[in-house]
Amino acid sequence: MADELLVAQGLVVAYGRPAGQFGRRRAPAAVLHGVNIAVRRGETVGIVGESGSGKTTLGRALLGLVKPAAGSVVFDGIDITALDERARRPLRRRMQMIFQDPMSSLNPRHTIGRILIEPVLLHGLAKDRTAALALVHGVLDRVGLPRDTVDRYSFELSGGQRQRVGIARAVVLKPDFVLADEIVSGLDVSTQAQVLRLLKELTGEMRLALAFISHDLSVVRSVCQRVVVMRQGHVVEEGPCERVFAAPLAAYTRMLIDAVPLPAIDPGWLTRGDAGEAAAIA
Amino acid sequence: MTMPRLAIEALSAVSLRDGNRPILRRVSLVVGTGEVHGLVGESGAGKSTIAKAILGIIPSQVRVTSGRIGFEGRDLLSLSSGELRAVLGRDIALVPQDPSTALNPARRIEAQMTDGLRLKRGFSAAEARRRARALLDEVQIRDPDGVLASYPHQLSGGMRQRVLIAAAFGLEPKLVIADEPTTALDVTVQKQILRLIRALQERHGTSVLFVSHDLGVVAKICDRLTVLYMGKVMEQGSTAEVLTSPRHAYTRALLAANPRYDRPDAGLEPTPPAVVAALRAEIAAFDASAAGAADG
Repeated sequence: MADELLVAQGLVVAYGRPAGQFGRRRAPAAVLHGVNIAVRRGETVGIVGESGSGKTTLGRALLGLVKPAAGSVVFDGIDITALDERARRPLRRRMQMIFQDPMSSLNPRHTIGRILIEPVLLHGLAKDRTAALALVHGVLDRVGLPRDTVDRYSFELSGGQRQRVGIARAVVLKPDFVLADEIVSGLDVSTQAQVLRLLKELTGEMRLALAFISHDLSVVRSVCQRVVVMRQGHVVEEGPCERVFAAPLAAYTRMLIDAVPLPAIDPGWLTRGDAGEAAAIA
Repeated sequence: MTMPRLAIEALSAVSLRDGNRPILRRVSLVVGTGEVHGLVGESGAGKSTIAKAILGIIPSQVRVTSGRIGFEGRDLLSLSSGELRAVLGRDIALVPQDPSTALNPARRIEAQMTDGLRLKRGFSAAEARRRARALLDEVQIRDPDGVLASYPHQLSGGMRQRVLIAAAFGLEPKLVIADEPTTALDVTVQKQILRLIRALQERHGTSVLFVSHDLGVVAKICDRLTVLYMGKVMEQGSTAEVLTSPRHAYTRALLAANPRYDRPDAGLEPTPPAVVAALRAEIAAFDASAAGAADG
């Protein structure tokens, strides 16, 4: 489809394993087995799965942070898997990432101002520091942080504020594609609601293509238009959220959805699906 | 209601590091025999401070200023460390949050599971091993001998949590403190662990204080709930009452912020500014009256 900004096809990623006993080399372990995924402009695609499903590796491969053993990632018509480091550099600004833990992804020795201004200058989005600061102020306004946040350090901020900084750092570069990896998993539910609302608004305003990795199906349903369900390096199901949640095709998807505890009274929930789980796990 | 097993009365605590800032504000709650009681709230609500106070492991910068923790007619706060040690493990056990750090990485599961049985129950080594094996069987571990011989890193997170649950319930305690026991687990494993805790609890008539930030999780396993905000009880009642007809605006705000896959258009509601202001006022009014009472 013409509107597809990022298309990955047949992605295989394998991580090398340490040499075995007596220095014998072992074959690399595959963590992605031929994954296809596409993200359109203005669209949020959820990537869900349990630990070991390969969702984080898929995200890293989409950004070109890991080199696939096979398959391709095409961003805006350019095959980034074929590019070397230098050739990929101009694309860096257009492909951004928001991390899971904003505390460990923000340098504690740099002010928030420095963290936000440096990439703006580096990518040539402002002619000098004054212009860069003006740009940063505008983004801080947009993500709901006071402008004097630029003088503060990450450890002085709450978890929700830090995640707003993480979002600001990504969107200040005016990217086309953003990867968000478990960005609300450490937040309280009321803070989570604010951060997710902000993210939804921004993707709409900026026509961002957003890949949203999460283990939380309720969160994915509320922010994504489409969803990709992963298990052990395979995509087991893919489709519009509305269809996948209402009528999942894969037994594994059904089991995942049924395992989500909703804040509602449902006396049979705890014992339901015992047999189905056993079958899906086996 | 059944005989209370745990009765916390007007428990208050302050943070010494932070200018005596209150962190628990006259918290009272009762856990009945055989009841699973959910303690819910966001970060800073004081949930884990309450759990730690029961277990006698309050951090040094926190001081309990008043109140009592009644367990079987005794105030746990007034026990000597020796007396408390006799109660812990035998009558009160903990299922911790993070199964990856709660086990000693350098000791086999067998050694860790049999410690409590030998020290708290006086079992011989052979009896303790038999009992540990039976306990692993009870938590549906298929290869109990293999697990007993394993080191923690050889087990998955779900398996480690099963081991910890087996160890906690294995001493046949009267009260189990479950501190966010499924937060680190995948959702399908979480469901199995919740089912397991409920089954063991029902079989043994154990009371459980279930600490959680997740309204969905407590909805599925708890009989009654206490909703905490900034160390103050906002609302208490049966799980059905609290979730289906919440009386406090804070509880309503929490429910409205919670995303739900079955209601994609609801959820993610920010807390209304009026509710935030009312909550602040409620806390401030409480602190003012507490200060007034202390002066007068």
